[in-house]
Amino acid sequence: MTDASAAAARWQSCAILEVVARTPAIKSFFVRLSETFDYTAGQHVDVRLTAPNGYTAMRSYSIASAPSDSKVIELAIERLADGEVSPFFHDVAQAGDTIELRGPLGGHFLWPGPSNKPVLLIGAGSGVVPLMAMIRYRKASGEPMPVALLLSSRTWGDVLFRDELLELERSLPDFALALALTREPATRRTDFSRRIDARMVADVAARLPVSPGCAFVCGSNAFVDIAADTALALGLKARAIKTERYGA
Amino acid sequence: MVTRGFTGRQSGSELSDRIPPGQHLVDNFPVLTAGPTPRIEPADWTFTLKVGPRPVKAWSWSEFNALPRTRMTRDIHCVTSWSKLNTAWEGVAVDDILADADLSAPTPFALAHCYDGYFTNVPLADLATGKAMVALNYEGQPLPRDHGGPARLLVPHLYFWKSAKWVNGLQFTERDEAGFWELRGYHIYGDPWREQRYTND
Repeated sequence: MTDASAAAARWQSCAILEVVARTPAIKSFFVRLSETFDYTAGQHVDVRLTAPNGYTAMRSYSIASAPSDSKVIELAIERLADGEVSPFFHDVAQAGDTIELRGPLGGHFLWPGPSNKPVLLIGAGSGVVPLMAMIRYRKASGEPMPVALLLSSRTWGDVLFRDELLELERSLPDFALALALTREPATRRTDFSRRIDARMVADVAARLPVSPGCAFVCGSNAFVDIAADTALALGLKARAIKTERYGA
Repeated sequence: MVTRGFTGRQSGSELSDRIPPGQHLVDNFPVLTAGPTPRIEPADWTFTLKVGPRPVKAWSWSEFNALPRTRMTRDIHCVTSWSKLNTAWEGVAVDDILADADLSAPTPFALAHCYDGYFTNVPLADLATGKAMVALNYEGQPLPRDHGGPARLLVPHLYFWKSAKWVNGLQFTERDEAGFWELRGYHIYGDPWREQRYTND
């Protein structure tokens, strides 16, 4: 832990290799680390931007890519209209630019490692980013845990990583996908056309072969509370329910 | 290293001396919690003071509410980089908790314990002499559940993960023992003005 945290404390300059528009509000930034690090799916990095007069702004962003030998990590960043850092990423940053980051950070919201107990993932909007790292890792590692993902988005076009998730649903054994669209009707029979509620969470958990051993929830505070309270009602222990909240 | 094309939203100079390095101002009050939000009724609430493993005194909700009240208006700083100015709190100063238990000279460190299993370490010097309280009210209202209600620790001069929500006890320890986040990479002390976010900062 000491070596890892020493490395995590160091800021490093990283080149943006590629920018990919994922949804109308979310872009992926593929960033090449100058100093590679080992991370666990679910972790984040701190990003630092510096103005010409020395003013700095720092924000945390979850890593979307699965841990691998690559020096390139993917950050998926939503543009917040009243934001300070995300508009820079969306409106200014381009391939070839350099930013500073440090990581990996976060010692709690972590993929639980090999186990046979199913994992329930619940996310809203860009809250799927750390969950996507887990799903990608689950696929790449071949670990046997069944996974169900409930992902709430405004519209079909706002579903982050939609095509990749649909492909994983077809190709990855023991992966169940349920989308909840809040601003337009869902067309797939297995999806929902409403905001998250307890019945929906219970329905998705029941798609796992046996009850989940743990749950990861990422989204707004109100969203996370509904998901976490339902997971408790389903019999999960509070300690087995890990949450990340945007804050608001 | 200057970031091409970044100017940022820089605060006016009259506020800049209140914003620690790497922090930005917010008007809302973000909620960050690592698990489900606990539900604790005041009737079921107790607060226990311990030295090491030994309980010194315990208070029920009504007993605790009968202790002297302290008000504080302070700027608060979260390690996730938001800062909020002029937050108004009311509660029981740690000094008054110690006095009510006749505990004049506890050990130099403490762990705050919470209903959800969370715990965090704070030196006595940062709890006593009017620096910290167990807060029961925020902005004149009972502390909302999302923000730690019915009671949270308030140590406003340290990063806000030290201000443990749903607090139910203080345990004094001989050594500085790392808490939940401190065991998971966060700084053992957490001074925002020295930007002590992570272990080696």
